Amino acid sequence: MSWNTIIFVVAPYVSIVLAVGGTMYRTRREEFSVSSLSTQLLEHKKLFWGSFSFHWGILAILTAHFLFLIMPVVFDVWNGSQIRLYLLEITGFALAGWALGGLIILIYRRITSRRVQVVTTKMDIVILVLVLAQIITGMWIALGYRFGSFWGTSVFVPYVWSLITLRPRPELIAPLPFVLQFHAALFWAFLIAFPFSRLVHIVTLPVPYLVRPWQKVVWVRRDREFVAKEKKDRASV
Amino acid sequence: MDVRAHMSMLFHLDKCIGCHTCSVACKNLWTDRKGAEYMWWNNVETRPGTGYPTGWEDQDHYRGGWEKNWVGIDLKLQSRPKAIANLFYNPALPELDDYYEPFTFRYEDLFNAPEGKHQPTAIPISAVTGDPIDIEAGPNWDDDLSGSPIYASNDPNLEGVSEEVRQQMGEIERVVFNYLPRICNHCLNPACVAACPSGAIYKRGEDGVVLVNEDECRAWRMCISACPYKKVYYNWSTGKSEKCILCFPRMEIGQAPACAHSCVGRIRYMGVLLYDADLIKWAAEGPDEEMFDRQKEIILDPFDPAVIKAAKENGIDDGWIDSAQQSPVYKFVKVWNMAVPLHAEYRTLAMMFYIPPLSPVVSTIEEGLVRLDIAREQIDFELFNSLEKARLPIQYLANLFSGGNEEVIEKILRKMLAVRIYKRRESVEGIIDDATLAMVESADTTPEEIEAIYRLSTLPTIAERFVYPPYHREMAAEAIYGDPLARKGDVGLGYIMPPERGP
Repeated sequence: MSWNTIIFVVAPYVSIVLAVGGTMYRTRREEFSVSSLSTQLLEHKKLFWGSFSFHWGILAILTAHFLFLIMPVVFDVWNGSQIRLYLLEITGFALAGWALGGLIILIYRRITSRRVQVVTTKMDIVILVLVLAQIITGMWIALGYRFGSFWGTSVFVPYVWSLITLRPRPELIAPLPFVLQFHAALFWAFLIAFPFSRLVHIVTLPVPYLVRPWQKVVWVRRDREFVAKEKKDRASV
Repeated sequence: MDVRAHMSMLFHLDKCIGCHTCSVACKNLWTDRKGAEYMWWNNVETRPGTGYPTGWEDQDHYRGGWEKNWVGIDLKLQSRPKAIANLFYNPALPELDDYYEPFTFRYEDLFNAPEGKHQPTAIPISAVTGDPIDIEAGPNWDDDLSGSPIYASNDPNLEGVSEEVRQQMGEIERVVFNYLPRICNHCLNPACVAACPSGAIYKRGEDGVVLVNEDECRAWRMCISACPYKKVYYNWSTGKSEKCILCFPRMEIGQAPACAHSCVGRIRYMGVLLYDADLIKWAAEGPDEEMFDRQKEIILDPFDPAVIKAAKENGIDDGWIDSAQQSPVYKFVKVWNMAVPLHAEYRTLAMMFYIPPLSPVVSTIEEGLVRLDIAREQIDFELFNSLEKARLPIQYLANLFSGGNEEVIEKILRKMLAVRIYKRRESVEGIIDDATLAMVESADTTPEEIEAIYRLSTLPTIAERFVYPPYHREMAAEAIYGDPLARKGDVGLGYIMPPERGP
């Protein structure tokens, strides 16, 4: 088995299984450990500049990747005009730069704030390094292999779809420069780290809050009656 | 009518001596853990003062509670989309230094110090970082420091109190202050519950205790800002929110919460209140000046047959109804009209009630309250009739409790004075004259009621102060396991995660 197969066929499937299985286990059986682990109480000034920029920047970039994946045709049409291609690439680069700026502030904060140091785990550092490497390689690609949104539709999109449709075509990746391969491989590292780090907080994005009633009342007695009734029903079946 | 029961506490501030025993009892029982050192689920403040966390009543800064708008009420903190947008940084969150940096002392230095000329000392260190620190604040740093320009003069409740009166309150050797013990108010319309993006906070239907489900908590921290009383805390070690649980494990076995049980001044009462959950919205959306009246309106009479019937339909058993009828809190709040919640204008419908403190009624000596030219038996009435000269201004108490409604406070103070004067006449002079009876009537009370208030205020037994309903935990066990002895001998209820910070 070649390295190409290991990294671009085996690794993706292994990491996806780990990420999904691990996240399901952790959010169900070890729910107490799932938290965004905010440190705002301990330090808030640097957090404002760092967290705000990083999160919104990275969210925008991830959304762009996702849209690119599900509707490459739209990007092809958009990039038909050079002006629009430049506009798209510059916007993407600026957003990545925003995220990178935020991340650098966050790393600086982790290193310099004594209070934040106290609650920093090894896994936090691993994640920070991973994210830093991912953003830097991404920006490197954007700058050095112009223009990703142009050639990506013939390399990135078919490769990912080949994985999703269970007919992997790692040969699409093989001829690419090292940075691109590294950028892609790093994503599997993220998936592997996902259930074992604070990254799990991503899946707990509280969207139901937008529609739930303001107040929440829990009846211990009624719940118990309900449980008892369920048991009785099950026993009678 | 949707009748529900609520466990409520009542604080008789006239009896509070500010000893902090409640705070220490609570601390030892619940918050003596890593990450919780800075939390005081129960704290006692000196008023006028800025409290803990510093300036918690400044809602322009912390954005707690509800505010009225053209459709009804909304959280002051956020709209729903704004809650999601602010997940990455919550602009209204207090910082650790707004509470204080928790500290301990390096006691081992006393034993490990090398031999030298001087006595070794245990230097203070931060309980967060372990580094040596200068202790600059604590949970009661302004204890008894009323009158100080740093703390007392920054009390937002002094709004509307004239400069002259403020000067008098801070006069050297004649400083005016009272104590204000605070726990979570277990509100009927809790802002923390409404603000939680994860839906981790809830109110228990049976007894109204507001709890955080720490399994569901994701540290979005909105509850901390949204609570106008700043009684939800963030555990920086576990990354979960925590708050006062009204000692529900103790209540369920018929014991008073640790703060109430340990109270030296015996200022705390506990009992059941029945309320109409259908009217919560109506009460929370009332105009400012009606807030307290409406809240009282939704607390129901446990002797009313219609209420009893509706309560039973809602699954409230006879034990609870009986307990509601004996409730000292019901008597003080609803029958005698002597208690008010803290800051009714926050619209959370706080369910812990306070009897305001009765200060010596005199502005200054120069105002001539204890004038020598009036007969001794007249002095009492001089006090009674000059409430506007109260050393702790009515305006101040009204800002603190009733949302600025002075009339409410005035009525309570008049009744308390009536009790005091009546009982003094009875026990010292041995006679109740017509003037006293006239005063009793003008305070809107009767000698019988005065006797009852006097008994429950000064001579209650522990069983009269804490009236507990039967929680019937044994029945709950039966409901879950069928056989109540099924789990006997087991070590616990199953797989429980240690409360540790996740990776």
